[in-house]
Amino acid sequence: MSEKQRIVIPGDLVSDDEAQRGDGTYVHDGSVYASLYGILNKREKIRVVPLSGKYIPTRRDVVVGFVKEVTFSNWIVDIRSPYDGLLHVSEYPKRIELDEMSAHLKIGEAVLVEVKEVDPMMKIELTMRDRRLRAIRSGRIVEISPSKVPRLIGHGGSMISLIKSKTDCSIVVGQNGRVWINGKACDEALAVEAIDKIERESHIPGLTERLGKFFNMEEKSSETIPTHPELEEEDEDKKNDTDNASESKIEENDVVVGSEEDDDSGGTNIEDDVCDSKEESGEGGNIMDELLE
Amino acid sequence: MTKPEKFITNGIRIDGRKPEELRPIKIEVGILDRADGSCYIEHGLNKVFAAVYGPREVHPRHMQKPTTAIVRFRYNMASFSVEERKRPGPDRRSTEVSKVSREAVEPVIFTEQFPKSTIDIFVEVLQADAGTRTVGINAASVALADAGIPMRGLVSACAVGKVDGELVLDLMKEEDNYGDADMPLAMTQTGETTLLQMDGNLTPEEFEKAIEMAQEGCKEIYELQKNALIERYKKDIKTEEETMVENKTQEETNDEVKSE
Repeated sequence: MSEKQRIVIPGDLVSDDEAQRGDGTYVHDGSVYASLYGILNKREKIRVVPLSGKYIPTRRDVVVGFVKEVTFSNWIVDIRSPYDGLLHVSEYPKRIELDEMSAHLKIGEAVLVEVKEVDPMMKIELTMRDRRLRAIRSGRIVEISPSKVPRLIGHGGSMISLIKSKTDCSIVVGQNGRVWINGKACDEALAVEAIDKIERESHIPGLTERLGKFFNMEEKSSETIPTHPELEEEDEDKKNDTDNASESKIEENDVVVGSEEDDDSGGTNIEDDVCDSKEESGEGGNIMDELLE
Repeated sequence: MTKPEKFITNGIRIDGRKPEELRPIKIEVGILDRADGSCYIEHGLNKVFAAVYGPREVHPRHMQKPTTAIVRFRYNMASFSVEERKRPGPDRRSTEVSKVSREAVEPVIFTEQFPKSTIDIFVEVLQADAGTRTVGINAASVALADAGIPMRGLVSACAVGKVDGELVLDLMKEEDNYGDADMPLAMTQTGETTLLQMDGNLTPEEFEKAIEMAQEGCKEIYELQKNALIERYKKDIKTEEETMVENKTQEETNDEVKSE
């Protein structure tokens, strides 16, 4: 399996057929070369799946952003890329007056938005005019490297559905690597741990298998504990500490947003929609998956 | 440090190398957590860090270009990097080295993919022993790849000099200080020269020969850079496979205990 998985560096010759050029490659003198440091994916098109890199917005991406500034008619949103996103008042789900803007979205608030348009000058226009988009006022947000997003979603959304079902959380993965975890009876800590595991080990083959094992171990350990609620809680905490030394590191990046004020019933549907749109636009999940499994 | 009487005796240099031999090189990738990409190189007695940030927003704003990314390169020597304490901060030499180094790596970066942004490269010399600008360029190019920045290829650099009237590859401190010439060269993997400087004197014939030698040296360094990048992830995969085997055997023993 490791034979199949070839790591390439910028400038490596990957094909002599110009027609095969895909993402992460460039053409010089009729041959295709890698332009990124990453894992080679050879199919009908040759692409290089990067191991690192910043998020560069493209149209129809769903991202999690933070409001950075409120101007005359726009919210300026930090979308974790070199370029700021602009959310115009008219893109807010309902009609609001200009002087009431900061009453609806304050500075520092988290929003789930879609990239509406990217122009060649990298002016990023965002929109919230879709029923699955909204301000984020509950749950928590964790950050992963944007290059690991396809892995976290998995082949046809398999990886993310596994985490969702095991933790009872609703999880929205922004293409910019910000992940929103939310839900009433939701094991947030476990979800965060699983996501962290994926981030650390995404380039190592057999990830799905290992994640399955990880959840099994969690289940086993909670079974062995006598049915005493207090004890159980204590043990969980300890386990999290020892199992995952880097846990505390994520906590720093975590943003716990508000309390559970508007956890409306349509929650689960919305999340699924987001995942679907990702598969259409990127199909990035499949690639890494087939490569590595 | 005093000038050695002879640089080359019986075809062997004062540190035991042949004229066309590089110093030992160790390259490590991705060692700084806060940077987007990083690299640490030990090249002989040189110890050099490179950190890459970006593409990111340009500050100050007026430096940004509407159609491409800008590349900024800061070469800096630590005050303890040389025998006599160096006064910290930028000086005429480091400003020059920063400029030529930026021009050495900029041509391979696809800057047009990131308009209005900047790619910042920081090179810190912890210990200097001649040829730090070439080591800085080698480290920077690996750090750029590690940061996931699209490039046409890596850049490799090394120097050729003249001591005792003979051309030698990759000068060390004594050879640099008391030698007759020093000529650093950087090139892309396709063989295009992106940096060429010289101090001292070479005849036209020597110059031709020196360029050939430097190119051979660069090719050797390129292989080391490439290996460092590939090994970084190979290592992870290997250790993971090992722990998986361990886990399996452990599970088996657990099962055995249970069945008993």
